Amino acid sequence: MDPLRQSPSPSSSQASSPRTLSCERLGYVGIEAVLDQLKIKAMKMGFEFNIMVVGQSGLGKSTMVNTLFKSKIWKSTMPGLRVPTPQTLQLYSMTHVIEENGVKLKLTVTDTPGFGDQINNDKCWDPILGYINEQYERYLQEEILITRQRHIPDTRVHCCIYFVPPTGHCLRPLDLEFLQRLCRAVNVVPVIARADSLTIEEREAFRHRIQDDLKTHSIEVYPQKCFDEDINDKILNSKIRERIPFAVVGADREHMVNGRCVLGRKTKWGIIEVENMAHCEFPLLRDLLIRSHLQDLKDITHNVHYENYRIIRLKESHALPRGPGWVDLAPAPSPAPGPAPTGTRASPGPAKVCRWAEDNSDEDF
Amino acid sequence: MASEVARHLLFQSHITTKTAHTSSQVSDHEQKQKESPRSLTMSGHVGFESLPDQLVNRSIQQGFCFNILCVGETGIGKSTLIDTLFNTNFEDHESSHFYPHVRLKAQTYELQESNVRLKLTIVNTVGFGDQINKEESYQPIVDYIDAQFEAYLQEELKIKRSLFNYHDSRVHVCLYFISPTGHSLKTLDLLTMKSLDSKVNIIPVIAKADAISKTELQKFKIKLMSELVSNGVQIYHFPTDDETIAKINASMNGHLPFAVVGSMDEVKVGNKMVKARQYPWGIVQVENENHCDFVKLREMLICTNMEDLRDQTHTRHYELYRRRKLEEMGFMDVGPENQPLSLQETYEAKRHEFYGERQRKEEEMKQLFVQRVKEKEAILKEAEREASAKFEHLKRVHQEEKLRLEEKRRLLEEEIIAFSKKKATSEIYQNQTFMTPGSNLRKDKDRKNSNFM
Repeated sequence: MDPLRQSPSPSSSQASSPRTLSCERLGYVGIEAVLDQLKIKAMKMGFEFNIMVVGQSGLGKSTMVNTLFKSKIWKSTMPGLRVPTPQTLQLYSMTHVIEENGVKLKLTVTDTPGFGDQINNDKCWDPILGYINEQYERYLQEEILITRQRHIPDTRVHCCIYFVPPTGHCLRPLDLEFLQRLCRAVNVVPVIARADSLTIEEREAFRHRIQDDLKTHSIEVYPQKCFDEDINDKILNSKIRERIPFAVVGADREHMVNGRCVLGRKTKWGIIEVENMAHCEFPLLRDLLIRSHLQDLKDITHNVHYENYRIIRLKESHALPRGPGWVDLAPAPSPAPGPAPTGTRASPGPAKVCRWAEDNSDEDF
Repeated sequence: MASEVARHLLFQSHITTKTAHTSSQVSDHEQKQKESPRSLTMSGHVGFESLPDQLVNRSIQQGFCFNILCVGETGIGKSTLIDTLFNTNFEDHESSHFYPHVRLKAQTYELQESNVRLKLTIVNTVGFGDQINKEESYQPIVDYIDAQFEAYLQEELKIKRSLFNYHDSRVHVCLYFISPTGHSLKTLDLLTMKSLDSKVNIIPVIAKADAISKTELQKFKIKLMSELVSNGVQIYHFPTDDETIAKINASMNGHLPFAVVGSMDEVKVGNKMVKARQYPWGIVQVENENHCDFVKLREMLICTNMEDLRDQTHTRHYELYRRRKLEEMGFMDVGPENQPLSLQETYEAKRHEFYGERQRKEEEMKQLFVQRVKEKEAILKEAEREASAKFEHLKRVHQEEKLRLEEKRRLLEEEIIAFSKKKATSEIYQNQTFMTPGSNLRKDKDRKNSNFM
């Protein structure tokens, strides 16, 4: 901190409301120390991240989770799962605390064994939607208490990874139904599972077909186009959007390749390295989820999906008259358990949510 | 209404049974893990150590918000100190001493340092301590702080809200300027601080500290702190729970209240230009730790504890305000039979009550109105009747008058006729006495008379 430095810093050129004035400072003050304060506070509090994996059994969900977090979150042979597949979809949640370089992360993984495994898979997404809404409900109940806790425990699902089976053709009806419903309630990242059964060309073709399918049915997966805030975000996210869905391979065994110890799957014709970009796109998925967009996932869940849920819940239990600017909430074709319809379109971005708030500025409590 | 409440309760119970159902499916092993998440060691580098950086990047994008409230008498050096703290000339004019009431003036500025954008709002009390009767001096300040909390609460309770780009105007810190008398706190200061301490973080500073000598300053500080403690005023203490800053914060806590000097004028000392105040007997350097505590204040306020101040405002003061406000409106977390009440239920009940009340009042007013109209009508009718009665009466009187007058006229006319007859006969009689010499004339006269008769 050199208080005697005289170099004037450029005045702020941000667009501000007419009341605010931008001032030219004449020297160093020390405002940027607030970033360090933020970091210290965040490291002390720790982070939370909740992830859900959805897909048919045998697609490698548990292995993928183990590979992502490089630890045995799920034991590779779970005694419960050797039992013949249950008649109904069940959700298993496990919470772990992992630490890296002083950063503590409380990770909750929710698995969905039994999804899409029955003969009649109608409404198999209901328990999942119900679980997601239940987490929102829990948070909402905590938030509207009179004496509420200092830090509300966040169990809301931040990201849902959907495993698409590697048929090579296109998205199946079950996939489409599920994605359509879930994209409105949570951030969904579709991945092509077991991608080692497809060649590179087949992968590309499959990927393009899936992208077309998604566009035709207007399914907005993460990263959603409407939430791009500025040009940097747009550029970064469009690169990601070109590669969605990632073709991934999961492995939790290590093998020796060229003297290095790598995670991979050993087959008779070679070793598929998980972290090798030429073999599969697992590094992209990991970077997206953990290294670059984790905070963004949490922000969108909190600012958009949770707010949408809150609006629906508050409106229906107050039965307020519909004023101008009220979004037409078409109920979902199959309602989740509980009266909350999840049929809101996730298309309203943060800017749009803001506009509605301005329109209804006189809508009181 | 009752059906909605019932539906809501049903939904709540439905959800709880669902949770029970799913959690009962989970095996005992995992049940235990749900309660206490176990630690896991990773076998490689995952990469979430960048999480704090992601958080910081998002905060940089959003920008920071900081609101300072300066309370102190006019002319004590509030604006100068803020200018010196942020190294910027915010505004120039001095305020007058003749305001009849205390007002608060808020100004927002945008500062930028490297890549950090700070939206700084300075709220000044104008006219504090100037009035002759100072009883109402601190009320506008308390009202302002409450109004900011209220605005945030309203936004938070809205159905369609946008909290993430809401311009937070809640006061994060209050710099209370104590005048350097050297003796003790003034009564006004005590009263104001007592009414503010549960609403905002107060940092007391001794203004114009170059008016006190060093030994007096020590005694003054001790006196002030003991007065604050004995009167139960809770000022802001720098947090000492984090090891990295605990030591420095603890030592700073011992230097409270800071004795500060503000100045934007530059004076040459040695071979450097420093901010200072020049007196005939010497130069008081603002950034010299031996001369005043300005550097300590800047360090504590901005560099070390800005985030904590904002945190305290949100989690302690705002939550207290929110709780009080909601309880005042009649909401509770626990109902009469210790059943957890939801906000919605209470709201519905209250709304029902309110509407019923309003309905009743409307009825009352309607009835009152109808009654008044009837009364007025009756009065008007009465008046009309009276008027017509009077008219009849007058008409009758007039008729009678007319008849009487007719009668009189007739009588009068008869009298005239009688009189003229008499006159005629008397003239004939007179003529007869004069007519004995000539009878022609009499015949003429007779003829005339007969014509006349």
